[in-house]
Amino acid sequence: MLKGLKKGALARSLWVYHVSASPCNNCDIEILDLLTPRFDVERFGLLLVGSPRHADVLLVTGVVNKKVLDRVLRVYAQTPKPCLVAAFGSCAISGDLFVDSYNFAGPLDKHIPVDVYIGGCPPKPEAMILGVVRAIEKLNKLKDL
Amino acid sequence: MNMSVGWVFFYLLVFPGFFFTSVVGLLYTWIDRKVTARIQFRVGPPLLQPFYDFFKLLGKDTFVPEGAPRSIFLGAPLVGLASVSVISTVLLVSNMFPQQAFAGDLIVVLYLFVFVPIILIIGASASSNPISALGASREMSLYLAYELPLLFALATIIVKSGGLLKIGDLLQWQWANHPFLYSASGAIAFVSAFLCMQAKLGFVPFDIAEAEQEIMGGTILEYSGPALAVLKLTKAMLYFTASIFLTVFFWGGFRSPRHGWYHILGWLKPVAIIVLIILIKNTNPRLRIDQALRFFWSIVLTLSIVGFILAAVGL
Repeated sequence: MLKGLKKGALARSLWVYHVSASPCNNCDIEILDLLTPRFDVERFGLLLVGSPRHADVLLVTGVVNKKVLDRVLRVYAQTPKPCLVAAFGSCAISGDLFVDSYNFAGPLDKHIPVDVYIGGCPPKPEAMILGVVRAIEKLNKLKDL
Repeated sequence: MNMSVGWVFFYLLVFPGFFFTSVVGLLYTWIDRKVTARIQFRVGPPLLQPFYDFFKLLGKDTFVPEGAPRSIFLGAPLVGLASVSVISTVLLVSNMFPQQAFAGDLIVVLYLFVFVPIILIIGASASSNPISALGASREMSLYLAYELPLLFALATIIVKSGGLLKIGDLLQWQWANHPFLYSASGAIAFVSAFLCMQAKLGFVPFDIAEAEQEIMGGTILEYSGPALAVLKLTKAMLYFTASIFLTVFFWGGFRSPRHGWYHILGWLKPVAIIVLIILIKNTNPRLRIDQALRFFWSIVLTLSIVGFILAAVGL
């Protein structure tokens, strides 16, 4: 029962830390759409937090390049577990048009386990909310945390 | 009158103390988030959201940063939780049984209120993070800024009541005459104490020490998991405690012997106070630390001294 409580509470209160891994800023602007009156994800308990220590979800935007990779790994290590990782936008998922670039370090899921993929360049708010739903579904399916 | 040890523990841990205050405090943070959302034309989180947040944080890992003294870093939030529980117990028990107060409980409440900024400063300084240290230094400056006006505001009501130092006596004076808020000096003291409480709670425009967008949470930056849960709970309880502090000292507490149904109406007073706090929070931008210092040391301090002088001449 205690585990159920823990899991249920986590699924209802996901705090998001936004990791900018060399993005073009378009995804970063679009994330703020979710906090507007039209979409208002605080209804589902989501909050943007300022420190990875407080986070449950790492939202990684941008092309993970060789210089920023070390920082992303360190932020992931500094986040208290259980935590989810979301690859946000085409760049974090696949590298998009920077895939042949000399400093591209590979898609995000080559380096850290990614739980949710949110596609688009930038993703639409509806796609982001679908990502939230998928993250919650994934949490509910887990046997233990 | 003497209270038995069992009752003291019951008061401290269950009814007006720890358990009751934490539940009501968490509900207060819900009111805060909901009213904020409605002001911004959003829907806002569900009623149990603060409880989900709290239990979620209990289930997460706690990091102690490298180089941080473990006992101080993790002990500071617990000291804060204990002191806020005692403040709320003392305030509410003197409200229920004004005869049972001990001499000088007003001073005890004031000293325990000081613990909250102090544990934030100690915890942040112990975390060996330079940004937390910045938050700690801001918290210290802010504390120096608002403490003097707050003391003057309390001195005002003490002078007004003719030198009473017990919370119970102050309440009975208000029940016998009128709440301090309804006199010129008391109203001025209330306004300055209210602004000081806004700063003590660390709300906008005085959330300089915590400034999420600027220094990533400042004093609470390095806390995670259960330690963060305890800190958040302390802040929620402080929210409730600050509102009953203002109600008890300036607005005649929760009940009056003259009106029977004041019991119910009285509990709406602290809610009215926090709605006012939320409105100020949502309609003002954050001040810089030097602006906050100047604001408290010039405007608010002058205001509270004027209130004190008015009380001394009997208005």
